[in-house]
Amino acid sequence: MTMNTVPELDVAALALDDRTALFEYLLRIGDDRLVLGHRLSEWCGHGPILEEDIALGNIALDLLGQATRALELAGETEGAGRNADALAYFRETVQFRNVQLVELPRGDFGYTIARQFFFDAFSIYLMDALQRSTHAELAAVAAKAVKEERYHLRHSSEWMLKLGDGTEESHDRVQRSVNELWRFTGELFQGDDVDERMGRLGVAPHPSEIRPLWNNVVNDVLTRSGLARPTEEFFVRGGRGGLHTESLGHMLSEMQIVARSHPGAEW
Amino acid sequence: MVMAPDSLLDILREVKDPELPALDVVELGIVREVHATEDHVQIDITPTYSGCPAIRAIENDIVETLTAHGVANVTVRTVYSPAWTTDWLSAEAKEKLRAAGIAPPGPVEVEPLVMLKRAPRAVVCPYCGSSDSVERSEFGSTACKSIHYCNGCHQPFDRFKAL
Repeated sequence: MTMNTVPELDVAALALDDRTALFEYLLRIGDDRLVLGHRLSEWCGHGPILEEDIALGNIALDLLGQATRALELAGETEGAGRNADALAYFRETVQFRNVQLVELPRGDFGYTIARQFFFDAFSIYLMDALQRSTHAELAAVAAKAVKEERYHLRHSSEWMLKLGDGTEESHDRVQRSVNELWRFTGELFQGDDVDERMGRLGVAPHPSEIRPLWNNVVNDVLTRSGLARPTEEFFVRGGRGGLHTESLGHMLSEMQIVARSHPGAEW
Repeated sequence: MVMAPDSLLDILREVKDPELPALDVVELGIVREVHATEDHVQIDITPTYSGCPAIRAIENDIVETLTAHGVANVTVRTVYSPAWTTDWLSAEAKEKLRAAGIAPPGPVEVEPLVMLKRAPRAVVCPYCGSSDSVERSEFGSTACKSIHYCNGCHQPFDRFKAL
């Protein structure tokens, strides 16, 4: 992973454009994990077996922890007095910066697993690279997250094998999920001006650098699972700029209602 | 009077991890540093996992316990680097885990970044000592534990994951 080797980033000394881009970037890191973590938490009490109920809950918790820290850093970077809760509960749908992949309704278990696998295979490489970020606090988040991602990816890829190479029913359902989700995977690797600035500052790799690594893992697991890699080349985009599917609004209304009904409440 | 860090650490040994009451926050390696000046005490702690739900409770327990011992003006700071590792658990702490029915973690092994299939480990059952056990899930009752089943005494048990 190529990142410029420049000395540790001094956030306070950043030019306004760079600071704004860093805020946007930290929101992306936080929002991907907040939204996916919330989607996973919806399985609590609904898992197909007890062990899976617990596993999905644990993974959700890891993602929410990573999101909390990234959003805290985003709030500090913005410097407008917003903390992680303010960013999570009091932004509107168009202000969220997650990829659309993570906001799609959870679907059946196979759909949740396929989505998780696509995300994990991306996130493990991103977090690995971010350990070497010039942004010391982000590097610390990543060093912790990469340990957790090893478990997440092993979990989701093992299930891809079990479902893909399982019964006719499980195979067909997970293949259908792979096909439906495919057009949402490209957004993980699309870069823009924010990513270019992060590259120049040595904060983060360009997401397109992760694509070949992701391809290797995805091809390997799909092949061993007896699943076909979709050939579709059309990929949706827009989540990074606040363009979301209808489902994010529904999810946020549920996620945010308690905080908005009782602003400032403590428990 | 400036309190000696060692006596502060002794007090902090009264603070247990709410999810692992057998262990205190010092032997778990959650307490990273103690800074004491004339009129202020700062305790640095680090979470075991990013989403550890116990971290805020631990923070409150630290302030309450120190205050109850007459230590005034305590703040707790959460630090994230270096990331917590089970290698910080002392041999004594590992023995306490085993006595509490939780198989202790082995040393953290250097593994490739992506390892989709891991050779099954022979985990020794904390109840009967048999190493004839199977791993049921890498995710247990808390993020830091995995679930195992002992073929010797036919009991499920938790294992503290090496992290």
